[in-house]
Amino acid sequence: MAFYSEKVMEHFANPRNVGEIKDADGVGEVGNPVCGDMMTFYIKVDNNRIKNVRFKTFGCGAAIAVSSIVSEMALGKTLEEVMNLTNADVAKALGGLPPNKMHCSNLGADALHKAIENYKSKK
Amino acid sequence: MKRVYLDNQSNTKLDERVFNNMKPFFTEYYGNPQSIYSLGTVSKDALETARAKVANLINATAKEIVFTSCGTESNNLAVKGIAGALKAGGRHIIVSSIEHFSILNSVKRLEKEGFEISFVPVDGKGNVDDSALKKCLRKDTILVSVQYANPEIGTIQDVKKLVSVVKQSCNAGKFIAFHTDAVAACGVVPVDVKDLGVDALTFSASVMHGPKGAAALYIKEGLKINPQIEGGVQENSRRSGTENLPAIVGFGKACEIAKEELADNNKFIRRLRDKLTNGLLNKIEHIYLNGDMENRLSGNVNFSIEFVEGEALFLLLDAKGIMAASGSSCASKDLKLSHVLRAINVDSAVGQGSILFTLSKFNTEEEIDYVLEEFPDIVKRLRDMSPLYSHFIRTGERKSAGPGADFDGHSH
Repeated sequence: MAFYSEKVMEHFANPRNVGEIKDADGVGEVGNPVCGDMMTFYIKVDNNRIKNVRFKTFGCGAAIAVSSIVSEMALGKTLEEVMNLTNADVAKALGGLPPNKMHCSNLGADALHKAIENYKSKK
Repeated sequence: MKRVYLDNQSNTKLDERVFNNMKPFFTEYYGNPQSIYSLGTVSKDALETARAKVANLINATAKEIVFTSCGTESNNLAVKGIAGALKAGGRHIIVSSIEHFSILNSVKRLEKEGFEISFVPVDGKGNVDDSALKKCLRKDTILVSVQYANPEIGTIQDVKKLVSVVKQSCNAGKFIAFHTDAVAACGVVPVDVKDLGVDALTFSASVMHGPKGAAALYIKEGLKINPQIEGGVQENSRRSGTENLPAIVGFGKACEIAKEELADNNKFIRRLRDKLTNGLLNKIEHIYLNGDMENRLSGNVNFSIEFVEGEALFLLLDAKGIMAASGSSCASKDLKLSHVLRAINVDSAVGQGSILFTLSKFNTEEEIDYVLEEFPDIVKRLRDMSPLYSHFIRTGERKSAGPGADFDGHSH
């Protein structure tokens, strides 16, 4: 059996929403280069919804796939809905992750939460 | 799809000539070498012919060769067997910090049983300094184990010099055994146990285009060793268990071929290695060669690629049919940067981008061209999505480790 699910490999090979937003309403950064995984998420908010989301990620296949799918999951959702999104939800949407990847690479929801907190703190 | 296999430190392709030699020993000559009827005698003869060929590769005599199942078993036998046999003379053992896990975990076990272990450090290129080794030696030292060549960073130790340092300190009847794990070296570079002066040496078939399931421990004549697998009389009771004859026959043939073709293969592989090394250095910025440029295994190319992560690199390489390895935390089961990269003081963020290509005689110039064509794009693609790279481009500064950057504990 392959190490990663098909869904993980698909998102890793074709990540959605890669990039930065120059005039982002909120920015969230998680992880650490020393651990091998780091994610920066940028969001634009309109009428309490995620209108645009972009990310940059340094990390393994799982970290990149997590960033990609969580960006898709967040787009168009209300801030409350995104705040309720958990790392476990993201892993589930990817068809599961290897056990040793659950902890360190699965930080996408955390990064989005941080971006939303950053947005709220600026208001 | 194209398949470019560049992970020869992990395993090699079986040479067809080796396979052909092995075949009759599965279905035709299946007798137990210990049986004295005719079918057993054929097996016994094949076993001893293989032993002579295996011994010949390293300039040993046949009776100094003990067959085992793999390099890990040979290393376990060497460390635990020699320590057990010599413990009346002391309980201190020295190993280098970049040994294979079969050495490191064997000494860890011995530590629990009352032995004391010293780890001799290596320099930034992975070389064990003879003066550092000298400092580790004690009155109660009984065993030193330093690998011949490191499979990950390719550094080849000056084993002969290290042996002489150890032997000089053996005075007044005191004996210190020297073992070297030469799995990554035997069949790749010339290894001569008489010239080196080692007491024990590990080598394996599977890294020299032989089969899995056969390896050996050279035990110098006269050196006592406690068996780790006990049973019948096989291998002079130093390693019991029915011999894996097809694999051992294959090991013998692999050693014979390696000996004959070593010089030519080495020249060819080194040319490909240098082409790959220089090509990557020319095509990609912010990359650093790990290991020693000069004293290096002929097929080893190990780079840290800054701002990207190693597992992502080899997954994208795999998608192009190129198989490589990485020492990054994410690529390991225990989520730690490789102990070898840590031992040579590779920056723990930069080391995450380590990528290891190991070449063999079966690689071609076209394959290296293909890697040189594909790999820079893969690095670019990952850098384009790396926040570390965009930070560097924007500010000219490297993003340093933030608070709580304990990669050992991996705490977030």
